[in-house]
Formats: sequence, C-alpha cells, structure tokens
Amino acid sequence: MTTMTDALNTYRGGPDEHGHFGLFGGRYVAETLMPLILDLERAYNEAKADPEFQAELDSLNAHYSGRPSPLYFAERLTEHLGGAKIYFKRDELNHTGSHKINNCLGQIQLARRMGKTRIIAETGAGQHGVAVATVAARFGLPCEIYMGATDIERQKPNVFRMKLLGAKVNPVTSGSGTLKDAMNDALRDWVANVHDTFYIIGTVAGPHPYPAMVRDFQSVIGKETRAQMMEREGRLPDTLVACIGGGSNAMGLFHPFLDDRAVSIYGVEAGGYGIDVPNGHAASMTGGEPGVLHGNRTYLLQNDDGQILEGHSISAGLDYPGVGPEHSWLKDTGRVTYVAVTDKEALEAFQLCTRLEGIIPALEPSHALAYVRKLAPELPSDNLLVMNMCGRGDKDIFAVAEHLSMEM
Amino acid sequence: MTRIDQTFARLKAEGRGGLVTFITAGDPDYETSLSMLKGLPAAGADIVELGMPFSDPMADGPAIQASSLRALKAGQNMKKTLSMVREFRKENQATPIVLMGYYNPIYVYGVDRFVTDASEAGADGLIIVDMPPEEDEELRPAAAGKGLNFIRLATPTTDARRLPAVLANTSGFVYYVSIAGITGTAAPDISSVGAHVARIKAHTDLPIAIGFGVKTPEQVRELAALAEGVVVGSALVASIAETLDENGQATAETKPKLLGLVEYLSEALHQLAEPRRSRAAAA
Repeated sequence: MTTMTDALNTYRGGPDEHGHFGLFGGRYVAETLMPLILDLERAYNEAKADPEFQAELDSLNAHYSGRPSPLYFAERLTEHLGGAKIYFKRDELNHTGSHKINNCLGQIQLARRMGKTRIIAETGAGQHGVAVATVAARFGLPCEIYMGATDIERQKPNVFRMKLLGAKVNPVTSGSGTLKDAMNDALRDWVANVHDTFYIIGTVAGPHPYPAMVRDFQSVIGKETRAQMMEREGRLPDTLVACIGGGSNAMGLFHPFLDDRAVSIYGVEAGGYGIDVPNGHAASMTGGEPGVLHGNRTYLLQNDDGQILEGHSISAGLDYPGVGPEHSWLKDTGRVTYVAVTDKEALEAFQLCTRLEGIIPALEPSHALAYVRKLAPELPSDNLLVMNMCGRGDKDIFAVAEHLSMEM
Repeated sequence: MTRIDQTFARLKAEGRGGLVTFITAGDPDYETSLSMLKGLPAAGADIVELGMPFSDPMADGPAIQASSLRALKAGQNMKKTLSMVREFRKENQATPIVLMGYYNPIYVYGVDRFVTDASEAGADGLIIVDMPPEEDEELRPAAAGKGLNFIRLATPTTDARRLPAVLANTSGFVYYVSIAGITGTAAPDISSVGAHVARIKAHTDLPIAIGFGVKTPEQVRELAALAEGVVVGSALVASIAETLDENGQATAETKPKLLGLVEYLSEALHQLAEPRRSRAAAA
C-alpha cells in the first residue's frame, strides 16, 4: 500500500518488484500474456545492465533522432508573460516530430535483442504510430498499427505517413473507435501472436514493466534538461511543466528531478470542455477515480459501475481515459501537482506561441503552455521554468483551422 | 463441498463431461437474458457462466465484445447482474453459477461488498480474466471467505515454471484456454490441447474445463474426452446476436434459438456417455 507520508527517502525508487507504485500499477492481464510480460521484464533488466545496449541507443538518439534536443530560452514569451524565465525543451525537433521516438528506439532495440520479428502498436493521434512505423522501417521489421476508426478520420496525414513507411494500419471499430479501443485490439493481437510479436506501447501505461521501461527511455529528456540548465544558468530549474495524456513526455522530464525537492513540478491534463462537464474532458487524475484498465491500476475516467468512459479533448493525443500509474502515485504522494486546462485555453496558447516564438506547437504541449501562461506571471523573474515542447503542430493545423473557423 | 464440486462428482458418476455455457448478463436486455438463464439447465447446461459486462473486454473476441456492449447499452450493471443470479437461484438450487468478467467493475463496486452480495445471491465461483495469481491477493481470499470458488485460467503459454502458481489456490475447476488467442476466434487443435491438459492433470486433481473457440458438437465431443467439461461461449452469444431485430432488440426467436443450440451441443455429451439415450430423445 502507498505510504502517504511526505518523508519518503526517494520518489525515484518505484516500482517495487511486482510493478506497483504504491496502490497503482501492477500486472492485470490475462494469463496468456503473463509469461510474455515476465519474459519482457527479464529481457529489459538484462538490457539495462548491458553497456552495449545503452551505447547503441545513445548512438541512435544522437545520429538518427537528433538528440540532444535544444533547451531554448523563449525570450518573447517570457517578456510577454512578465514573470518566470521560460525555457522550452525542444523535443518537437526530434526525428518524426515528437518525443515518441525516444521510447520507440529503445523498445525496438529490445525487440531485436529478444529475437522478435513482428512489431505491433496502438496509436491515438498517430504520433506514436508514426514513430513505431519509422523504427520498424529502419530495422526492417513488419509492423501493424492499431488505430481507432474515428482517429483515422481525424488524423489522415499521420495515417498516410505510416502507410508510406510500410506499416499496415488496422482500423479499430470496437467500442468507440479511439485510443483505448486501439489498445484493446493491440493487446488482443498480442495474445493471438505471442510467439513472434513485440508490442511497443507508446506511453507510461500498460502492465509492468511498460510504465517503468517507457519512463526510462523517455528520461533522456529530463537528464538532458538537467545538464543543459546547469550549463546555461549554473543551477537546476525551479519549475517544470508538461502535458499529460498517458504521461510519457511528462514522466521523461519529471523523473530525473523528483528527488530535487526545491523543483516545483506541474502536470497539465486535458480539461476539454471543462472538468465539470460530464464525460467532457480527459483529465483522469483531476476528474477521475482509481480503477483497473489495460493491465494496471491508475486513475481512470469511469462511471459508478466501473465502465470506462471515452472522455474528450481537442487533442487526440491526450484523449485517453487513463494515465500512467506512476503519475497516479505522484499525485497521491503530493510530489507533483496536477491541473487541467480547457480546449479553449490550449487553442489560445497554440496561437500565442506560434506568433511570439515562431514555433507551431502540437495541441498536446499547447496544454502545458496554457498553464505556463497562468503560472509564469505569478513567479519571480529569477524563477527558471522549463516546459516540455513534446511535439510539433503540423499534424494539428487542420483541426485548428476548423476550431478557429479559418480557411486553409 | 460446493455446488461446483457436487456437479463434477455427479458428472463423474454419470460418466460424461459437463457442458459449461457462457452468456453475458443483460444481453440483449435484462428480462430476455434472465429468462434464457433460467432455461439453460433444462436445455443441457451443467454449469452456467454468467458474464459481468465490461466496456473494455481485452481478452474477448468480437462476439463477446458485442454482447457486452449490447448489455451495457440496455442498462445492465453489477447490481442487476447479481439480481439475475438471485432470481435464478429462487428456482434452481442445483446448477452452479460462475460469474466471469474483468476486475474493474468489481473493484469499483467494492471487493467486500461484491463477494458478500454475490455469495448471498447464490453465485458459486468467480473467473476474473485480468487477475493473474500475481494480483489476486485483494480478491481471492475475500472470495474464499464467502465460499466462492476462485477459478483460474491456464493457457498454452502457461509454462512449467508458472503452472504451480496458477494451480495454487484455484478451486472448483481449472479453465483451460485451448488457444493462445481471444475468445471465439481460432478453433482448438485437439492434439496439442490433449498434451497441455495431460500436463495440467499431472499437477492437480481438480476437474478441467476446456474453452475458447468451441462451436460444434464434434469439438464438444472430442474435448470432453480429454477433460471434465467443455465451455461454449462465443457461439452462444453469436446465436443471440443473429436473432435480434434491426434495433438490436430481442425477438420471439432469441430464446428458443439459444436454448436449441445448447440442447444440440449437449446431446454430443450425452451420446458420448450413453449412446441412444440422448436428452432430446428422452424429451
């Protein structure tokens, strides 16, 4: 059980050997998958201890993806908001345009190490699907992506990119045809193809060891941020802000700083039409209850019968009814503050950033930006704030045009 | 001895395997589902598995997914599922009911409240698909305390290392999943099922019921020769789906078609035990 004291020695020790972060996490999967996730855990632990594995990953990150991503001082936004000194961690500059590649390069290396010959994945907005299709092409492995039929309609450019990269995109019509249903179908595929298939989960959710493994691969974001800020300012940042769908970009930024108690950390969920609107948001922690879905216990959007709700967000990438279990634990321990911003606030931040900084952010980090807009003016000018710019907005221009009633 | 133990003892005495039938509670609506549930024993079901519908049944194929969604759309919830068990038990004291589903609706209902209410309603066992031995500590002991059997799934991927953990604390029977896959898709390969079941039998004296992908009397007959029971689910809920009108509502054919299929499959088991004296012929 969670020890809810504020005197924990470390916030970076999770999960325990059974994959639990206090009450959250675990391995709630069908028996057919249990031997596989135990194999995966063994293989990952061996890989982690192998310097060659890390060296290969570092090399791919540097030469294929383009890491380290810059830590950029957003001067005009800082002036405009008049408070904290705002930096962007530019993970939108990675190959494929988001932080998703960090995790995919790690997992495909592990798949190859395990001798798996077929890759599957789920995707919502398509950013993870594109990153998976990219690494599958790079290493010559056949790849099938499960994507909700509704999302395929909303995210056509990414669907086309996946197809160009040689992936087979399977439309998911079960349930409501969005990310959670895509994840169900990917799990069903895995159960039926256990002998040769590796499932690349895109966020810090799913059964253990995925939440810890994806976090570790994404932690490159936070580790670079530490080093870059030390170099730029001679000290650690004071404030971190990142958006939360499943929570992988946020966990990647936050995790290396969890034990630096002076660093204030904010996770920003998708408030959709507003937290008070029933089923009108995708803020699992701010507006949900603990439950069990997709192999782990975490905060979920659900009704009082334990049936999962769809939720809503302007951003297809945040439109997930759950959240990584480690975030749920960090919420309950109080180490990280979780908040929500609405679709409207995210859209305003999207425009502000585009005009002031010449950076078109994805709608996902636009949520983080919208919170920075509220937070930064309250902070002193020597407060160093880092926001994770986890994706670029090219994929979102159609949706934004529609919301702003603009002609393209 | 629980009602499940008694049933397997009786089947052994009769020299035949048992038919375990799965339907989803509340599919296509509460009244039709209850009426079908009550009719299952007379049609030949020896044990009834009653699905507790869940919005995200990740181990189930299209037929049971659709069945769950039909039930939820018609307003089914945990309270109503337990009330179906209670109604069934008023008329039938012999046929075991096993509640089958996923953990979240139980967790949200409250574990202690659930095992108390399920036991009082007259349920006999639980199968929780997404609760492997590694995670069952918060439900299994509570269920056992109320006399509910905790039935675990063993699968083709359950290797020798895991089998003892899977069998430990399993009671009632072992559900052998005959394919590495989801419900109602591929057909089981009899020879490989035989080898796996023999391996499990070397580790336990519990009865074994084989399920996933069973559709025909031939399969029922062949699998029954390997174990103590055969589970049919997707084929039954698919037969319900076939009878619904364009709005997804039950028709006059819904109940007779389901029970007819159960009778047809059950004959295979009775023929196996005592040729020429099938239940249908006796009726």
